[in-house]
Amino acid sequence: MWFDQILQGVLLGGYYALLACGLSFMFGVMRIVNLAHGSIAVLSAFVVLSIAEAFHISPFLALVVALPIMAAAGWLLQVTILERSLRSGSLTPLLSTFGLAVVLDNAMFQKFGANTHSLDIGDLAFASWNVTPDIAIGQLALLTFVVAVALLGGLQLFLSRTPLGRAIRATSEDPDTAELVGIDSRRAYAAAAAIAIATVAIAGTFLAMRATFDPYTGPTQLIFAFEAVVIGGTGSLWGTLIGGIALGVAQNIGSQISPQGFLIAGHAVFFVVLAARFFIAGRDPRTLIRALRRAPA
Amino acid sequence: MTPAAAVTVHRWNRASIVTMTALGLLVLVLAFGPAIFGATLTDRMTTLFAYVILAAMWNALAGYAGLVSVGQQAFFGLGAYAAVKLSHGGVEVYLALVLAPLIVGVLSLPLSSFALRLRGGEFAIGMWVFAELMHLLVNLDGLVQGETGTSLIALSSFGPDARRAFNYWVALAVMLALVAAVFFLLRSRTGAAIQAIRDSEEAAASIGVRVMATKRLIFVLAATGCAAAGAITLSTLTTFQPKTYFSVQWTAYMIFMTLVGGLGTFEGPIVGAVIFFIVETVFGAQGVWYLIGLGAAALLFSLFLPRGIWGVLTDRFGIALLPVGYRLRFADATKRTES
Repeated sequence: MWFDQILQGVLLGGYYALLACGLSFMFGVMRIVNLAHGSIAVLSAFVVLSIAEAFHISPFLALVVALPIMAAAGWLLQVTILERSLRSGSLTPLLSTFGLAVVLDNAMFQKFGANTHSLDIGDLAFASWNVTPDIAIGQLALLTFVVAVALLGGLQLFLSRTPLGRAIRATSEDPDTAELVGIDSRRAYAAAAAIAIATVAIAGTFLAMRATFDPYTGPTQLIFAFEAVVIGGTGSLWGTLIGGIALGVAQNIGSQISPQGFLIAGHAVFFVVLAARFFIAGRDPRTLIRALRRAPA
Repeated sequence: MTPAAAVTVHRWNRASIVTMTALGLLVLVLAFGPAIFGATLTDRMTTLFAYVILAAMWNALAGYAGLVSVGQQAFFGLGAYAAVKLSHGGVEVYLALVLAPLIVGVLSLPLSSFALRLRGGEFAIGMWVFAELMHLLVNLDGLVQGETGTSLIALSSFGPDARRAFNYWVALAVMLALVAAVFFLLRSRTGAAIQAIRDSEEAAASIGVRVMATKRLIFVLAATGCAAAGAITLSTLTTFQPKTYFSVQWTAYMIFMTLVGGLGTFEGPIVGAVIFFIVETVFGAQGVWYLIGLGAAALLFSLFLPRGIWGVLTDRFGIALLPVGYRLRFADATKRTES
């Protein structure tokens, strides 16, 4: 039974990694913690849902249609809000994205009401493979995990191998110097924001396929995504996958102990990892240097 | 360059003397509130006092210590919870309401050495996770009965009028004490350190400001203050439902009040609290649109008016109604600078 719980926790962790992908990417590149991250995931879910219902198409096809829309929204977010707030200090992006989250959550409530929604994916929602008579792997859960790994790997490759990826990394290191070697740093950041929000759209779609959601689901998703990022080590994309898995496993084991254990265990692991990070960093100068080297991915 | 001898430092000016006198008179009038206002207004004023506390505390954190917290509802909820616990344990109910924030303040001290190591966004959401965790743990207490909640039964030993007046006086006294604490903190030597940290943490540390100790002082003060606001809110609502008290909405209100009034100014958050109070009274019934408006205002102020309404007024007219800062007066009387 424990093996099953851990296995299901790992698969759940795939969802958290997928959810955290955009948050981790945006923090790694632009040093912005986007407090509207969860709300944008829910917004994406509503966009995909609306497209799927309007044209009577499969949610996967609707996601393909929604991706460029959300990428454009990311671009717009960067040029209208984030760029300006980055200029006025490190605290302003927190304040402006928090304000944005309040606006988005309540605007979605106004538009879609308090009812819970979910994306209809037919049998896929329940289908599973039986590994042993006791242990089953949900097809959707496995698909989510595979998509998360592919997306994180794809982003890593994109950043290291493509010209745009290199431009984004250069801008992230130092926008002014990047300008000197002919990079348009504004465009590089806007492209990064577009990519980040496109990944959030994918995460939002899987959120809506695996469970029900309502306009106020966003903040909880933000917290899960943030916990995955921090547990795995801020700014590292593969760390985010490990962080997501650690969170998922902790929650599943916690849920075996008590009904509230699911959330409590997740938060507890988050704080234990943070405390361990401080403790280790405070003890040995070599680990501190290693931690510092690892931090800016 | 003007020689040093030709510069005099002023803390008071005519405006600040007039303002302090007017404020003294206002407090005197407010003290007789329950006799002057009707029942409804007395209750509303009690709520306003809680808002002023919340705004002043969030401003002390973000505006002076550079700590944006999205988790101050943790202390708000714990303050109310501690009051329920104390009263249930046999402590006289109004004593419980005053003791509860102090207990939360003491408990926030060990938390501070952990939380203050987090930076920027990590601190912001880290505090939020802390609030969520506290909410879940409080729900486990049999006394609270999960989300069903409980109530401060001991309050019913007072008649409605006496209760209303006591709530009001406790809220007024606690608000004055906390705002005065911020005021004297900013005027003191620590105040200079706090403002140096606000302007540049690294530069402040380089000239010998004890950054961590100063931040810890503000963190504990803000925790105590938010807990006091929670206890005051409990006294007016009498019911304790964890979901209401540990809601992130309280932090949204704090951010709105501070940003609109003026982040990093002493008077700003008080102005912001009064504005929020009026906005809530007029538009609160609009429900969702009202909340969208609050979020939009916070977003727009953070982008276009980061020093809020009060910041704009002081920058434009050079007014400083309360003697928090220092003003230099040059001998030739044409230049003036302030900090």
